Amino acid sequence: MLLSVDHVTTYRYDRPVRGVVQSHRLVPSVFDGQKVRDWAVTVSDGLAGGAFRDGAGDRVQGWTVRGPVTEISVHVRGTVETVDLAGVLRGHREGVPAEVYLCDTLATQADAALAELAEQARGEAGQLAQAHKLSALVSDAIAYVPGATHARTTAAEALAQGQGVCQDHSQALIAVARHLGLPARYVSGYLFASGDGAPEAAHAWAEIFVAGLGWIGFDASNRCCPDDRYIRLGSGFDAVDAAPIRGMARGGAAESLDVAVAVRQVQQ
Amino acid sequence: MTDYFNEMYQAGGVRAPYARLEDWMRAMPAELRSLKQAEAEALFRRIGITFAVYGEGGDPDRLIPFDMFPRVFTGAEWARLEKGIKQRARALNAFLVDIYGRGEIVRAGRIPSKLVYQNEAYEKAVAGIKPPKGVYSHIVGVDLVRTGPDEFFVLEDNCRTPSGVSYMLENREIMMRMFPDLFRENRIEPVDRYPELLRRTLASVAPEKCEGEPVVVLLTPGHFNSAYYEHSFLADLMGIELVEGQDLFVQGEFLYMRTTEGPRRVDVVYRRIDDAFIDPLCFRPDSMLGVPGLMDVYRSGGVSICSAPGAGVADDKAVYTFVPEMIRFYLGEEPLLNNVPTWQCGKADDLKYVLANLGELVVKEVHGSGGYGMLVGPKSTKEQVESFRARIMADPAGYIAQPTLALSTTPTFVAEGVAPRHVDLRPYCLVGERIELVPGGLTRVALKEGSLVVNSSQGGGVKDTWVLAE
Repeated sequence: MLLSVDHVTTYRYDRPVRGVVQSHRLVPSVFDGQKVRDWAVTVSDGLAGGAFRDGAGDRVQGWTVRGPVTEISVHVRGTVETVDLAGVLRGHREGVPAEVYLCDTLATQADAALAELAEQARGEAGQLAQAHKLSALVSDAIAYVPGATHARTTAAEALAQGQGVCQDHSQALIAVARHLGLPARYVSGYLFASGDGAPEAAHAWAEIFVAGLGWIGFDASNRCCPDDRYIRLGSGFDAVDAAPIRGMARGGAAESLDVAVAVRQVQQ
Repeated sequence: MTDYFNEMYQAGGVRAPYARLEDWMRAMPAELRSLKQAEAEALFRRIGITFAVYGEGGDPDRLIPFDMFPRVFTGAEWARLEKGIKQRARALNAFLVDIYGRGEIVRAGRIPSKLVYQNEAYEKAVAGIKPPKGVYSHIVGVDLVRTGPDEFFVLEDNCRTPSGVSYMLENREIMMRMFPDLFRENRIEPVDRYPELLRRTLASVAPEKCEGEPVVVLLTPGHFNSAYYEHSFLADLMGIELVEGQDLFVQGEFLYMRTTEGPRRVDVVYRRIDDAFIDPLCFRPDSMLGVPGLMDVYRSGGVSICSAPGAGVADDKAVYTFVPEMIRFYLGEEPLLNNVPTWQCGKADDLKYVLANLGELVVKEVHGSGGYGMLVGPKSTKEQVESFRARIMADPAGYIAQPTLALSTTPTFVAEGVAPRHVDLRPYCLVGERIELVPGGLTRVALKEGSLVVNSSQGGGVKDTWVLAE
């Protein structure tokens, strides 16, 4: 599939800030499932910092904007060719051993309820079957309800509530996978949703490491593995660690955020 | 009764390095001694060297007790220690470069991968980063104890930001001021080159993008930090700026410091703050102590950070067990300094042994420091031992155990006169383009009679440490 992305994030400050610093993970990953045709990230009045590929294989780029400024926008535009690899992250170069992703964070810690959920998959034959089962269990346990949770909701809280969005599904899936000793991580990216009830175009899912196969994506929100409708950007221990944009403004103003994402299929 | 090695008196005689101190000690009447002790304390207070101890309460500005009786090494003894310490510092850095690179030592099965990759000090964010000159730990503090004329053991390594070097410098300064004659009668190697060597070490790891003379700064968490005195003292002696996070900012590819003449590019940051606080955009998002964006500048080669984030994996008490293995693996050499035999409570067999012999062992938390969370079996009550047993059983992997070492003693001034007290030693090895070690270090002394815990947080004091010129 040929997908085009148009993604604008606008930050507004209630009074001028002295400067803004951001760290971006906004470039599609390099692996067999996707190939960038063209891609550009621009920041209004921004000065690009050094770019590098980190140990997890993500392209990271710093940006700074000099103040005083009351509004900045980050614009991502590009076209990516995708193929369906049934969720398998084939041909992705990274230096961080999978075992590192057994580490817990506050957002992905398994409480008793998550542990109990995870145990329901322990009996499955093999890690792959376990991973599929875990994803299905999380889908069943947390209903997709936009607005039910917030950016800092933990996996345990989302499960207790029984509602959430893709971030909550992903963090809960990570928690249960790690509980069974499977390395798991949070992935941020885009999703092309055709037709009705399109969920988030700025999307997130989880990857679970299955011995012999490597990293495999699981989208518990959509009860599937990522295919050619998905564009992968980067990964981390949890939502904060994998965020496509991490930033901070100097000058203590209140910030409001506006995000517009459009992912379209381009006819070839 | 354990026989402790007395570094001054052996078989009725005085060991050679202490020969002149014998006369000095005998010639000092009690009233002069208390006068001098008061003078020393006044000097320490005037220069402001105090040590606040976390979680202990009491006077945050209290002095670490200073004992005037020097601790002495011969040149030959030191030469041996120096070789061993430098060897260790090289191996520890080779290990760090390796585990953030290809991880050969793990692949070769010489260290369990879990100890490395599931270590809480492992930083995924720096995987694949090779810092300038291949150095992660630029100041390696190696804690040593002595148990006999030729027996030294490494207790632990400190690869992050070991503190205490200001005491090494101040103790010497005060001794020279109070007892100038001693320094005429004995040929003592100087330690005052340390700040200049540290500055040169830091400058030698400036990134390739650095233009001209590297600008080095010392990043402190601020005056409320227990080691703030040392931060300002070292910055002052090195002639570099002492900065807090808010004094620095990222612009484009580089890091800058605010100055009265406008922004100035910074090439090397000697940071005395923990990894988690360095950059809220990479580590803890709520940190106000660091600099937003610093890690991106670091990882793209715009600035050097000393020690490099992630260096802590090498000084973990469980990883410590494998340092001799690192020396063999990376350097192809045999370790010159011995490790203390260590039982990992995370291993079933070791745990069994430890629980059966708790009363004779020293038990430490894997991630503990400062002498907290530590059991010295032979010096503890039955209740203390039992409560520790419960703690170990609740989290075996969180503890290691070692035999209780017969730490050497040196003469120390006490209320009744002079008496032997147990000591350890922390030298500070500098690693940059070259590896340097000033002859000396910080000798810590357990002032309580019979105590084997030298930590200042647990009633330890400090001494001037001499290395005699050959």
